[in-house]
This record gives sequence, C-alpha cells and structure tokens, in this order.
Amino acid sequence: MSGANRIAGAGRLTPARTVRFTFDGDIYTGLEGDTLASALIANGVHLMGRSFKYHRPRGVLGAGAEEPNALMGIERDKARRQPNVRATVQEVFEGMKAVSQNRWPSLGFDVGAVNDLFSPFFAAGFYYKTFMWPKAAWQKLYEPVIRSAAGLGVSPDEADTDHYASRYVHCDVLVIGGGVSGLSAALAAARTGVSVIICDEQAHPGGALAYETGVAVNGEPGFDWAVETACALAAMDNVRVLTRTTAFGYYAQNFVGLAERVTDHLADPGPELPRERLWQVRAKKVILATGAIERHMVFANNDRPGIMLSSAARKYLNHYGVAVGTKIGIYTANDSAYETAFDLKRAGASVEAIVDCRDNPGEGLLSKAADLGIEVLTDHSVINTSGARRISAMTVKRNRGGGSRSVAVDALIMSAGWTPSVHMFSQSRGKVAWDAETERFLPGEYAQDCTSVGACNGTDELQASIDEAVAAGSEAAKATGGKRAAKPKLKGTGAGNWSGGMAGSTAGAGPDTTVKAFVDFQNDVTAKDIRLAVREGMHSIEHVKRFTTNGMASDQGKTSNIHGLAIAAEALGRDMPEVGLTTFRPPYTPVTFGSIVNHGRGKLFDPARKTPMHGWEEDHGAVFEDVGQWKRAWFYPRAGEDMHAAVNRECRTVREVAGLFDASTLGKIEVVGPDAAKFLDLMYTNGWQKLKPGRCKYGIMLREDGFIYDDGVVARIAEDRFHVTTTTGGAPRVLHHMEDYLQTEFPELDVWLTSTSEQWAVVAVQGPKAREIIAPLVEDIDLSNEAMPHMSAREGRICGVPTRLFRVSFTGEAGFEVNVPADYGRAVWEAIWARAEPLGACAYGTETMHVLRAEKGFIIVGQDTDGTVTPQDAGLSWAIAKAKPDFVGIRGLMRPDLVAEGRKQLVGLKTKNPKTVLEEGAQIVADPNQPVPMKMLGHVTSSYWSENCGHSIAMALIADGRAKTGETLYVPMPDRTIEVEVTGTVFFDEKGERVNG
Amino acid sequence: MLQIYCPYCKEERPELEFRHAGEAHIARPADMKSISDEEFEGYFFIRSNPKGIAFERWRHVHGCGRFFNAARDTVSDKFITTYEAGEPKPDAAELAAKSGEADK
Ligand SMILES: [Zn+2]
Repeated sequence: MSGANRIAGAGRLTPARTVRFTFDGDIYTGLEGDTLASALIANGVHLMGRSFKYHRPRGVLGAGAEEPNALMGIERDKARRQPNVRATVQEVFEGMKAVSQNRWPSLGFDVGAVNDLFSPFFAAGFYYKTFMWPKAAWQKLYEPVIRSAAGLGVSPDEADTDHYASRYVHCDVLVIGGGVSGLSAALAAARTGVSVIICDEQAHPGGALAYETGVAVNGEPGFDWAVETACALAAMDNVRVLTRTTAFGYYAQNFVGLAERVTDHLADPGPELPRERLWQVRAKKVILATGAIERHMVFANNDRPGIMLSSAARKYLNHYGVAVGTKIGIYTANDSAYETAFDLKRAGASVEAIVDCRDNPGEGLLSKAADLGIEVLTDHSVINTSGARRISAMTVKRNRGGGSRSVAVDALIMSAGWTPSVHMFSQSRGKVAWDAETERFLPGEYAQDCTSVGACNGTDELQASIDEAVAAGSEAAKATGGKRAAKPKLKGTGAGNWSGGMAGSTAGAGPDTTVKAFVDFQNDVTAKDIRLAVREGMHSIEHVKRFTTNGMASDQGKTSNIHGLAIAAEALGRDMPEVGLTTFRPPYTPVTFGSIVNHGRGKLFDPARKTPMHGWEEDHGAVFEDVGQWKRAWFYPRAGEDMHAAVNRECRTVREVAGLFDASTLGKIEVVGPDAAKFLDLMYTNGWQKLKPGRCKYGIMLREDGFIYDDGVVARIAEDRFHVTTTTGGAPRVLHHMEDYLQTEFPELDVWLTSTSEQWAVVAVQGPKAREIIAPLVEDIDLSNEAMPHMSAREGRICGVPTRLFRVSFTGEAGFEVNVPADYGRAVWEAIWARAEPLGACAYGTETMHVLRAEKGFIIVGQDTDGTVTPQDAGLSWAIAKAKPDFVGIRGLMRPDLVAEGRKQLVGLKTKNPKTVLEEGAQIVADPNQPVPMKMLGHVTSSYWSENCGHSIAMALIADGRAKTGETLYVPMPDRTIEVEVTGTVFFDEKGERVNG
Repeated sequence: MLQIYCPYCKEERPELEFRHAGEAHIARPADMKSISDEEFEGYFFIRSNPKGIAFERWRHVHGCGRFFNAARDTVSDKFITTYEAGEPKPDAAELAAKSGEADK
C-alpha cells in the first residue's frame, strides 16, 4: 500500500503505520519514518524537480543533507510554507503538502526546459558577459526575466505563525555526528561523568550503519547497537542526545551553533512546541565525527532521474525498504558500490551490470558478484544515458577503445568515492592538508580545541575508527575533569572497503568532449563549464568557483567541490592542492531565519521602555512616539482634533495657563564624592566649583575633539553631590564616557557615578500657574520667587513623598520639575493633575515640548547639532569657562578648523510667508537661480508652526550664519523655492522675563 | 562569540557583556591645553592598527563596569592576555611567542 517499490521484509519501517501526503496535488501513501524522497521513490516517483538553469528533469541524488536536486516546497498552511526543503531530509507526516519547484506550468511539461536547448548560450560566465550592457536594461529587462525564469522556490507571503526556542548551554565535550565514531567517542567520554552533548542531523542515530547492514558491533547488528547506545546515552544524567539537530556553525572558542528541528516531522505539533530550537553551545572540547559524503561520477547526462549515489540507493533499500529500480546499473570507481549491488540483487532487483572504471576491484568482489550472477565490466565507463523523465538506458564502453553498447536500466547507482566531511573543521579555522597517498583533503593544522575521528579524519577502517573515537572521547574527558573509567570495549566487524575512488570527469566526458557531464547539479555546472573558466583565465579555485558558481548553491558543493577542483587542476596542468580548496563557511546546511531571529520578533524585537506615568497617558488618549527605546507621549488629541490642532492648543495652554509634561525619560546620573565638582569641571565646559548647593546650571559636555556630545541641567544637591541630567537616550553613553575618564584618566579623583535614570520619575509643571498648581502639595519648601528663584533645586516632600524639586524651564515659562521616586510617579502626577485640570492647564507631549523650546531657541543635541557642532557654532560660547586649565575638549576647540572663519552657525529663520513651515533637513542657498549643483550654505535643523508667535519658526546651521542676520536666503524645494530671513534663535519672550514670573 | 577574561571579576565571560573601547596605552596629555596640533593629532586621531598583537581597551560594561586592557592577535582574533588598567604594557614579542605556543 505504501508504494509498489516497497520490498516486503526489507527496511526498518512498520508497514501498518501508513501516512498520507500529497505531492503536486496527487495523494500518496508512505510509512511513518519515511523521508519525502523515500516515500516518493517507493511510489515510483523519481522526477522531483527541475534544475536551476536548464530546467532539466531531476530526481533524487542522495539520501541526506548533501542532496542538491530534490528541493521541495513544504506547506502546512499559507503562513507556514517553506521553500527549498531537501526531500531527503524532510520526513513525511499525515496531511503533508509537498510541491515541486522550478517548473512552469507543471513538473512534467516545463516551458523553461527550452533553456536546455539553448544551453550553448548559457555556459559559465554567460550572465556576467551577456547582460553587461546597457545598465538600465538590467533593472528593466534582464533581471525580472531571469528572476521569473530561475529562482529557487517561492517564499511564503504571510508572517510565520510558528515560534522558535533558543538555549545557551555549556558542556565539557560536544560530539558532532552520531555515527559509529561519534557514538563511540560519546560513550567513552560519558562514562567518566563529564557533561556530553552528542548531536546528529538525522532522525535516527547510526549514520552509515543505517545502510551498511553487514556491520556488527560486539556481535550485534550495527544499527541496533547504535540505537541502543544512543538510548543508553540519553538515559545518563550527564549526557544530552540531540537528533534532527544540525551543527551548522563552528565559531571562535568552541562556540557551536546547533539547529534542532522539533516539529517539522509531526502532523499536528501542538502550539506549545517550538518549530525549531537554536542551541548555542560552548564546549570545552569538540569531537568532530561528521563522516564522509559520497561523490557522484561525472559523465555525460549523469543527471537523469533514477541516477543516484550508491549509499543513497542502499539506504533506501536497507532502511526504508524501498528499491530504487528493478533493472539496476552500477557505475563505480571504488569498492563500496558493490555492496549496494549485492544488497539490491538479494532483495530481488535485477542488477544489469556493474561498470567499474578500474582494472582491479577489491579482493573477493568479482567472485562474490559471480556467485550472485552479476556481470562486472572492469575497465569500462558509462559514457551516456538516455530517458526523458527517468533513465531508460546507459551506454557502456571499454576504456581502451572498442564499440559501445546500450544497457536498459531504470536506475543507475554510482560512486566515485568518499569525501571526508571537513566542513566543521574548516569552519573552526583549521587548515586542511592534502593527503597525497589517498588523494583527499584531511584535517591538518587545528585552530581550536577539537579533534576529528573516523571517516571525516580519513580513517577508513571500521575498527580503527572506533579505536580512534574511543581514545578521543577518553582524552577529552580526562582533559575536562572526568573520573577514571574503563574505556568501552567495542569490536566492529563486517565493514566493506570505503577507500579509493576518483575525482574529476570520467572517460567520455574529458576535455576533448562537449557533453553535459554535471559536476554541480544544483547550479547546473558541467565539467565543460569549469574548463571554460580556466580558459577564460580563472586560475584560482576561488575564481573558478565564482565564475562558474560551482559549489555556490544551497548544498555548498557537498558532492561537487572535489570534482570541480580536480577538473580545474587537470585543465591547469597542476596538482589539486596547488589549485586549492575553497573555504567552508557557515551554515553547513541552510538554517531558517526563524531559528536565528528566534524570540526577537514583534514586541520582543527590542525592549520598550515606559515611564511610570505611561498608563495615565494611555488613559488620557496620548499618541506615542518612539524615542530610542522609550515610548513617549507625543500629543494628547481631544475629540475632533488632529495633531496640528492638538499641538497648537497645548502650546497656547502652557503659555497662558500651564501644562504637565512627563520628563521621566531624561537621563540622570548621581555624581557623588569629595572631588565631584572637580570631576564635573573636567567633564563639562562650564565651571562647577562655585555653584552653590541648591542651585542648578546648564552644562555642555564635549568630546575630546571639541564637538558637543551632550547637554543638560545639573543640580548641586550638596557640596559633594550633583544630580546630573542628560538627553533622553544619552544616559548610557554619557555614563560610559564619564566612567572612562574617571577610571582611566582621572583615577585619583574621589568620585562615584550612579545611573539613576529609572529611579526618578519627573513631572514638569510649566507655565504661569505652575506655582499655584503645586504649592498646596509641597511641604518644607518655600516656593516664592525670592526663596526659590529660577535655576534652583530643593529637597523636601510633595504629596507626602520625598522630592527633589527643581525650578527649571525648557519652555521659557516659570516652571518646576518634580523628581519623585519612580514608584510614586503616577500618584504624584495624578495629584498634580487634579490641581492642574480645574485651573485650565493641560497635559502636553513631546511635540509641544519641541515647539516651546524652539520658540525660545533652546537646542536639542542630536537635532540641532550633529557631532560637528561646537559650543561657539551653537551660540553657547557663554557656557565655556575661560579660566579652567583643562576640560575634555579644551584642546579640540583650539584646532585650526574649529577657530576658522565661516563655520556653520546656528541661527533662526523666518519664512517670508509666515504660514509656510520649512522641511527639516532642507538645504539653504544664497542664490536660487545659480546653476545646479548649487552652493549650499547649510540646512534647516528644526522647524515648526508656532501658534504663540503666529508664524512659522525654524533653526538652521548656516555658514557664517550670525553675520547674515537680516539677509534673505532661499530654500529650494522640488516644487517651489521658499524665501527666508535669517534671524536670532529666540522667537518668543526675547528678554526672557517669563521664567521669573 | 568570544569569551573574555575580566581581570577584575577574575572570570571568563561572554563577549555580550563587554564593550570594546579603542586602543590601549594612549595616555591623555597632562598639559592638554598647551600641546601642539601635531601632538593632538597623535593623541586623538592616529592609531596603530597592527597585524598581529594589538593592545586594546575593553569594558566589562554589563558586569563590574571596569575598563581593562587586553592583548589580542588580530590575525587569529584570540585574546592572549587581559590585565588591569594602569598595569604596564606587556612586551609584544613575548606575547607573540606565548600566543604561538598556545596554538601548539
Ligand atoms: Zn568584570
């Protein structure tokens, strides 16, 4: 029922546990534990996709992570639709929907396949050369056409509804790979009590033991031993066994990223389960047991559906119980494919011929083949294949000449040998070394505290792999504090010979031919393309790779890199190690964005900081704006008001009556100690020694280069205690800046710095009735003008709670800033509001705050300054203490450019038409009729409609601006030119009398 | 992500807890006001940017808050040593030798 090609008695799946799924809309039945690939092959489906460039029909090549061809879209619903899933990795589940990719209108009939007929035009470098010119055509013509014709899969167009988990974990020993070597190493380490993590990308442990069924460990079938060992390890308190978990990245200091696929194989995962779990592992020792990946044979038309790796065919048979064909051809350059042929034959398939390009296969193989009645053609090659949507025949020819013959087959199994998986080793920055004897790259010089065991280390023999792994596990445990424990005694028997093989093109696909012998299936790169790249002058493998795109697809050349290198080396007449191997980079296999982004999406993308009064502001209809991470009340629209109307009303009300403003986001730093004033003298341009306790001062902080870094009001609470305020969002960097100087340049000063930004809630009460509003609530403080003038600070109580009450103003009105412990912020705010509202005052937001301060010409650091503005430029020369011997920025201010004439200075602008409001950032010129590009004098930094002035107001940085006061300048806009007059920066209450009211 | 040993906490902690703070062993001139333009340029703008052993300042900003110095190999990215602010600058050649040995 689960497919005609399912062999009774073969494999490990349970026939009764069927699973129904669809592929391109057709319903199929598979078995629980099947991959999509095994289930489709069981149902006789070999055509699984179209290739990227030529749209050639493709079937499955492998049975694991190396798969370049069988990429599918897997869909649960509209939001959960993943493209480019390897059918060899995806397990089937009830109700799964799979769709093929790269075909239009259907997989069987694909219009893009016409590319194959025109393939002479699509050779390597074709895109680079053909679409060079003209530039505009790229955007309008080439790119859209190429993109619609090519492209891999379709991404979902709705937000992912799955969630993803993340864990950080430390361990003594991390074992990557759960095959015989990895399990042996983990077992040896685990027995000593050290903490061990072992991970494997597959759903089951055992690696090659899943198909190499002749192997026994301690007399037990190899796969059974692997499952039992993994279970035994999982049952130990000090061991974590992770299956379906790919080690995708190896970073500095043994930091390894693992992606665990938690629910991709489940029909109905349930909402509590994350789809994937990202493990960020810090291991004291890493043991790499990543195995080896089989290479295909490079010959003409080696890409038809039904042509696959030997290890894949063997796994489909021995693990999934699926025969990949009934008439099998074998094409090999090493011994391991013989075992596949024997297994298939024993399972009832007809093995038409084993074509071996070598003269002498391994000992005993020929007689064993003869016993099974399999014809072996040594010193022969497969020089071509035929078949439309699946292979129907292979053409076989003796290497030393003679005629060719066609052999009818429905599957062709191939093996060019095994490539040690040095990906993780290479990612760890280890240097691979060429082993001349076995002609392969192996781990050479290590860069991190790791070791390689088994096939990935070039250890071919089973018992040698086990011994090496046990030794590595024991050593790693010993080095990380493991107890003495007996090493596991493991005896492996019955393994076939995996050594030998070839790299590069085979007979019939050599330099003298023009056949399509594919090297990289996913990117449609042929042996011919690589030779062309060499002829075009690409002599380094890195250049060949980029010119041909060999190994650059999502499979990262797991099957193709060595072939590509061998063909390039042959064309160059050089040895492979001289041409070099491309660097392996993370991720080993594609990792979902969900796994990387993890919890950091939506509301958790960035923290939202809210003041203690936030709830009240919400209740009173505030519209919020983001200021850094802060949510700040922007304005408070009443019924029928738009933003403009609301801000105009708030601005008027503050100046006519009073307003309440939540200033809690101001940065606050408590500067304490006997040398506090001395320290502030060094950090600010102003002088602080003479400031009396109970007084405030506006301070400017520079960087060493002389440019404004921050500003704010500083209150002296006591001789040795200052309450420093910084810009909203400026507090962390200002504290960092202060700490830097205090710790490293002025360590002799006796000062402590403490961030108090979130300890104080701040209610600014501004306007003519400010005093009247708060007076009844304040105890112990005389609020009269005489006792508490502008720029003074008092400690006392308000509403029964302690307060630091500042008489300060960022509006130009008489006003107070009420600092109370944050927990009391809302209660105090509400008490003040209860007084304010009946008097006709309003709550106002940041927009009104901006307008009111601009009416007074107060700057905002970061808006009216940009890191290239000095105090002189900003009109704040008065704030620089002349007599101080030193402060940060004192020398920078003396630099030639900073004292030169013609610097940009902060000035006011009035538009000739008072209703016109300039755009912030708009450029300013002297002559609007000059040719483009115009000479720009500066730009608008702040611009608002001022309801209180009855005209628009703006500030601008203009070259030599103060000397231009009274002059007319121009602001050219796309649709018109605006005439402006240069003014001073104070637009309202020029004499500044209102603050004393 | 690197692991960095804080010489004050005397513990190896993840890079996330630290903030890089520029080149180390550049002392702010005591007579700042009177130095020449060239001296100011050397102090404020010019940095060594070596290939190999670099001396850097780091701050354990999400830990003890202290600034300290580190010697790091810019080729391998490896920290060779970290030490308290104010301690003398170690000898680069000695550190390079030490770093080479650590690799073996
Ligand atoms: Zn620390």
